[in-house]
This record gives sequence, C-alpha cells and structure tokens, in this order.
Amino acid sequence: MARRPRSSTWLAERAVLVVNRLSRLLGRGEGTVIGGRAGLALDPTLLSGLARGRTVVLVSGTNGKTTTTALVAAGWGGPVAVNDTGSNMVQGHVAALAGRPGVPAALEVDESWLPGIAAATRPAVVVLLNLSRDQLDRANEVRRVALRWRDLCATLADTVVVANASDPLVAFAAETAPVVAWCDVATPWRLDAVSCPHCTAPLTFVPTGWSSDCGFAQPRSTTVLAEGSLSVDGLEVELDLALPGAVNRANAAFALTALARVGVDPRAAADRMAGVREVAGRYARRAWRGGEVRLVLAKNPAGFSAALEEVADAPGELWIAVNARVADGRDPSWLYDVPFERLAGRTVTCLGERRLDLATRLDYGGVAVRVADAVPDPPPGRPVTLVANYTAFQEWNARTAP
Amino acid sequence: MRVALLYPELLGTYGDGGNALVLAERARRRGRRVELVTVTLDQRLPAADLYLLGGGEDGPQRLAADLLRRGDLAARVADGARVFAVCAGLQVLGTSFAVEGDDRYDGVGLVAASTVRGGRRSVGDLAVRVGGRLLVGFENHGGVTRLADGVAPLGEVVRGRGSDGRRDGFVTERVVATYAHGPVLALNPWFADEVLAAVVGEELEPLSTVADRLYAERCARLGP
Repeated sequence: MARRPRSSTWLAERAVLVVNRLSRLLGRGEGTVIGGRAGLALDPTLLSGLARGRTVVLVSGTNGKTTTTALVAAGWGGPVAVNDTGSNMVQGHVAALAGRPGVPAALEVDESWLPGIAAATRPAVVVLLNLSRDQLDRANEVRRVALRWRDLCATLADTVVVANASDPLVAFAAETAPVVAWCDVATPWRLDAVSCPHCTAPLTFVPTGWSSDCGFAQPRSTTVLAEGSLSVDGLEVELDLALPGAVNRANAAFALTALARVGVDPRAAADRMAGVREVAGRYARRAWRGGEVRLVLAKNPAGFSAALEEVADAPGELWIAVNARVADGRDPSWLYDVPFERLAGRTVTCLGERRLDLATRLDYGGVAVRVADAVPDPPPGRPVTLVANYTAFQEWNARTAP
Repeated sequence: MRVALLYPELLGTYGDGGNALVLAERARRRGRRVELVTVTLDQRLPAADLYLLGGGEDGPQRLAADLLRRGDLAARVADGARVFAVCAGLQVLGTSFAVEGDDRYDGVGLVAASTVRGGRRSVGDLAVRVGGRLLVGFENHGGVTRLADGVAPLGEVVRGRGSDGRRDGFVTERVVATYAHGPVLALNPWFADEVLAAVVGEELEPLSTVADRLYAERCARLGP
C-alpha cells in the first residue's frame, strides 16, 4: 500500500479536534466517539500516525481496565494522554491522542479491539488483566477472546506483555509473547477457567498456583502481590492506596509493573497513585440529598464477586442497581453466577430497570430485599453503599454528581 | 428428593445453576427436603430424581456430550429419573448437534431431535406459549432443532426464535427442554413448580414469592 502524505494525518487530526469541539458545543455527550469517527473516515492510518514516536501503554481485560489505566497515568507523573471518558475502541483512542499531542499515552482497550489497536499503536507495554464471562449476548465465548489474544501476543516482538499469571486464560494468551512480565496477584474468579485451555482436563488450583495434567501451569512471576507486600521486578514497593479492596491492589500491581518497564521508578509511581481517590465516579463518596452515597461499579460475575467482598460488611445501607441495556448485556442471567449468598443477613434495596430480576435472585439466595420502584432518599445518618452495573452506574454517577 | 446439577463447569455459562437453586428453595419453603448435588466432570453420574443441564460453549458442550454418552444417563431415565435441560443441554440430549468443526456431533440420543447450524445466531428475549401459559426467558444459541415425528415441542414461540422460529424445546414423558437458557425457572415460578411437582409426584401447595412480580412484569413486556 502506498504511504499517505503526512498532511493527510495532520488534516485528520485537526478534523478530530474540530468535530469534538463541535459535538461538545452541540451538547452531544462527551464528544469523543463522534470526533473519532470523523477522523477515521479521513485517514485509516490516523491512529498509527498519532501514536508514532510516543511511549504507549495499552490496558485490556474484562475487569479493571479503566481503573488500571488511570493508575498508570497517575503513576507516570507529568502529562499523559488517556481515554478517560469510557470510550475504549478506536474512536476513543484517536480522540485521546489527538487531544494530547507528543505525550506518553495510557489507553484502555476493549478486549476484542486489542489486536487491531496494538497493531496500530506499537505499544511499549500491553497489560492483560483478566478474562471472564461478560455480556455474552454480544461476545459469546470467553475462550475465543483468549485465542485472539494468543495470536496477537505471538506478534509482539518489541512489546513487554504484563500478564496476570494467576488467570489461566490470560496465561494461555500471553505465553506466546517474546517478553512477558508475569504478575501473581491472586485472582479469585475461576468459573471460566475450570478446564485447561490446552487439553480441556480440569485445572488444579492450590494456594501456590494452578496446573494442568498436560504440563501447562502457572508461570513464575516477577511481580508478586501478597497480603501485606508487593514486589515489582524484585523491588519491594509500599502500596498505600486510597482506592479500596484487593482488586485495586492488583490493578496497582499491574500498573506499577507496566511503568517499571517504561523506565518509571515504581516507588515514586506508587506514591503518586496513592492520591487517586475515584476513577470516573468509581469509589466516589458523594453527599446527596442530605445523606452520603458511595458508588461502586460491578458489571459482571467476576467484578460483582470482588465488589461483594468489599461491600458485604460496609456500614449503613446496601443498594444495588441493575440494568440490562445493550451496553450492559441485555440478558441478566449472569445474576445467578454472582455469589450473592455472601450478603445473607442484610437487607438490600433493589434498584434499576431489572430490579425485579435482582430481587428474585437475592430472595432465592436467602437475602432480604426491598424493591424500590422510585428512587428513594438516603436515610439520614446512615451511609449508603450503591453497587451498580454499567448504565445504572452512569445514571447514579450523574444523579449524585456535585 | 435428589436434584443433580450436571457439569456446571461445562454447561453453566448463563447462570444456569440458578435453576437448581430455585427448585431447591421452592421445595424447602414448602417444608420439603431437596438434596442438591453438583456433578463435576471427574465424577461418576450419581443416582438422582432429577438431572439438570445448562448451556455452554462449543468445546465444553462436546465434552459434556461425550461424558453423558459414556455415563448411564439414558439408563437412569429408563429407571424413572427426569431431566430438565436448557440451551446446549437441549442439543446434547438429542441425537446430533453442530459445533465448530463438526456439523454432526453425536448427542446422548435420549430424544429424537437433531440440531443443525442456523443461518444466524438466535440472541434475545424468548416467549413461548406452553399450554395456556407463557414461558419467558432469554435465548443465545446458533442452532435450529428439528423434532422427529411423534416428539412433542414444549410450546409455540410468541417472541424470539426457539428451536426453529415457530416452536421451542421438547417434552417427553420424563424429559423437558427449552432454549430459554439460564435461570428460566427463576423467571417462571409456575413452570418451576410443574417441574418440581412432576418429580414429587403430587400437587404442590401454592407459594408466593417476589418472582411472581418478576414473571408478571416479563409477561407484560414480552407477551402478545
């Protein structure tokens, strides 16, 4: 294919900025998707042009993409181009890069877009967080994603793949990569990795790792996260995050490993990450209608199980909001893959368009429910922890925004 | 009464284990004891009054069919056990089904039904008229299932595609199957009680749960 002249990329970049600004002026949302589309129509190689000459870190996986990307950006120090509006396909990447020329980039990438985005941006690091069932009405097989990642990893000659060694599907994908920084972060979700991706025999899990009869086993890691300690490439790093829970400690471990591989000192980066209190509303504490609401996002069984561990004993009231729009996956069957039994003894206020599906699931799981057909007021003096899936979370983030 | 959930690690992609939970809980609330056993792929098939099969991906579905053909599910059913299957579980119980790389993979052959690949995937809400009532759920599969003469479908499709766009599932003396995957028994309390009553062998006392509201809401949305 003949190379396009530089001016075409320059023109496309300008088009992205102009359309983004126009779209914001016209009040059409965040303005990133529309602008990105206009730019791509002008120049199919736009993304590679925008990425050329920068250090790029890509972050993908079922859960933790947005938070880990935010931690990479915060830990890097200095200006970083980030697609922090939730747009994690090519349009969002184009918009993020066009908006911040010449600076390093931390981009979260939709799992199925990763091969194309990696080919276009030639990243220094690709972070592979985890793989589990999510939105099966759109992407119907988790293992197919693992296979596509595996093919991608085999081609990443100049890239460090930072990969979750505790997740057998990620290990299967990343083992083909020439350079891997393996991370042992204890991933509790195993329902999608019961059988070996190589030989289909049942995988054996012991506290020190997993293995299969065919010899496929958890790779030895250079980053190890334990209860009270974190070691990144052999360096002990103190982790004192404002973000709660084991999940975010794992996200930080991936982010620090990625940063170490692009030459950022992990200890200094960890200090900078400590200041991150919320990520696009996730974990935000909001004063709202005379009460206090803490927002937690959980989109799928693995994410929900992790969130339940964190909120099960939270003081005050527990509200859960579930929708089933296209962006959530239209099928709420996954509620039965979430171990809601963990909440036995609590009363949960059920909200969202699929509150009756949620209430039924909780009721059969032995959890007391209150179905709220209208948005209730927070009880005075009792904090509310609100767990919501994707579009329900967006609604609540907007509703409680200061 | 013993309910066995078969190979949830292979056939349990869509929260299908919820069906076991619903049956056990609806029995328990009526003061009846149900022993719930989960059968994993390294275990032999235990004796049970009811076997449950869920949905799954192509590879695991193939493995489940192999295990069930080798095991003695057919013999158990001949001895009086019942089976309730959804989605891939439905396909596995038939004579053959299509998976990636194989257009005609052998099923268990418990029911004279064969599944071929459909022109497009069937993904979306499903509503089926079963007797005088509506069964509501969600389907996500790529199969078209044809029944041999004499095999009765579960019902007529009101919304969605089911087995072939017109009818869904099948019913024999001891086997019931539908393409409505996942926790279809949670969405349809009346249907859960029919499955339960068939196993118990007697009529059940009425039971009111929050699922009644869910069922009414789904019927209002998906019904004719």
